[in-house]
Amino acid sequence: MANAIIKVPKTARRGEVIEIKTLVSHIMETGFRYSTTGTHIPRDIITQLVCRYNGTEIFRADLYPAIAANPFITFFTTATESGTIEFQWTGDNGFSERASAKIDVE
Amino acid sequence: MIADVRTIVFAFAALFFSTFSFAGDIAPADRKSGYDFMTPETKAMQDDDIVNPATLWVLQGETIWNAKAGAANRSCADCHGDAAASMKGVAARYPAYDAARGEPVNLEQRINLCRAEKQQMSRFADESRELLAISAFVARQSRGMPIETGADARLTPFIAKGREIFTRRQGQLNLACAHCHDDNWGKHLAGATIPQGHPNGYPIYRLEWQGLGSLQRRLRGCLVGIRAEPYANGSLDAVALETFLMSRARGMPMESPAVRP
Amino acid sequence: MTKRASILSPTRRHFLTGAGSAIGGLGAIRILAVSPALATPETLASAMREVTKGVTPQPGKIKLEIPPLVENGNSVPLTVTVDSPLTEADHVKSIHVFNEKNPQPNVASFHLGPRAGRASVTTRIRLADSQMVVAIAQMSDGSLWSDRAQVIVTIAACVEEIN
Repeated sequence: MANAIIKVPKTARRGEVIEIKTLVSHIMETGFRYSTTGTHIPRDIITQLVCRYNGTEIFRADLYPAIAANPFITFFTTATESGTIEFQWTGDNGFSERASAKIDVE
Repeated sequence: MIADVRTIVFAFAALFFSTFSFAGDIAPADRKSGYDFMTPETKAMQDDDIVNPATLWVLQGETIWNAKAGAANRSCADCHGDAAASMKGVAARYPAYDAARGEPVNLEQRINLCRAEKQQMSRFADESRELLAISAFVARQSRGMPIETGADARLTPFIAKGREIFTRRQGQLNLACAHCHDDNWGKHLAGATIPQGHPNGYPIYRLEWQGLGSLQRRLRGCLVGIRAEPYANGSLDAVALETFLMSRARGMPMESPAVRP
Repeated sequence: MTKRASILSPTRRHFLTGAGSAIGGLGAIRILAVSPALATPETLASAMREVTKGVTPQPGKIKLEIPPLVENGNSVPLTVTVDSPLTEADHVKSIHVFNEKNPQPNVASFHLGPRAGRASVTTRIRLADSQMVVAIAQMSDGSLWSDRAQVIVTIAACVEEIN
């Protein structure tokens, strides 16, 4: 699958509250499951999502196995200035995924 | 948990033990998509592309569509151009009759036939990420269009075979598909609402699988659930059943890729 | 003629020998009904204490929205919203979500700040069983607020055992 999808408005007025939606591909293996042969399936999850707006962190999520597969997280932020909103997901086994979107703020 | 399900289902089966004729097909006006039986939250998951995890597969499918590959160094796009135009309505009339083989093939088989014969490449493995991605992308192009499978007269004997499978008692529980999906849809089985079984959204993101899967996978799951021998992937019985199910849903709009519990 | 279901059907044999295959094999694995160690009221309390440091959160300001009944515990939509002016002086620092009966009590922690615009986060979680979900908000002035909700989790009728 595509690794990550983000939905950020392309333009906004200064001071406007905007909604950001993120969807990332990941199995989020809990570490609590066993195969039908009895072998333990090790944990493999995304542990953190960080969002930066022109380099400043505006949102951070710490995730645990209870987050559903293909994590979907939405949040809000204030459109302060034009620039780039960056997303980074990190997790077990060196998992790392990035995405970014430009925003034009009048 | 399995024992409980078995007890419930066995009680059902006992009810129908003496029934030899079925209540019959669902009247066209009474046909409902699996969507109609879902909770509002699950419906909302399907309605918005960014919320629907299947979109991740659709986007990968688009990448595969445009990627040159194989000994012929050809992409799907090289022959088929823009999928939004060339693939519009295609998934809505599958499985389709393949003249060379003299039998129907489903969408996944068709894609693999193209890969092997036209692109000179190895097939995608059944139920692989890549095959699901490209079939999700192709099926997406038919979203909203009415299902047309079965209009081709050459499919008639295969649809009859599929109907025979659908109405035949199978497995340890001696249940036919029709017992639940024709006669008892809308009622509950172990907390879940029984849908009518129309495959109008495949490949689906199934919450139970926590991933995308094909109709073949779902049918195997059903058969295992009623303790019957599942069909080999792509076997004629499996494709005939798929053809029957799609023709039974003729006229209903495609929802691919749908979300289902 | 009805066929008897075979205990070692071709698909199960295929899975046992092909256990190395990635997603296809994983999709076939059944979640066992009995899990090794479920969260207890004590583990939930101690997980919450790591955030609250022993202070009892007050009810109010935070709202936890979660459907009272879900058709599949693998994907439960959840929204937490906190009533706050979100200024430099008065904002939401973090929101923490806990559960009662999963093997582990933590679900997620969200770190906001004065730039949040609206203190509302939506995600999808997993619930292993019908249980209570708790959300705690920590404000910039150190105050703690909580909300809780009960969720009934139903299961699929025919649980897929083998792919």
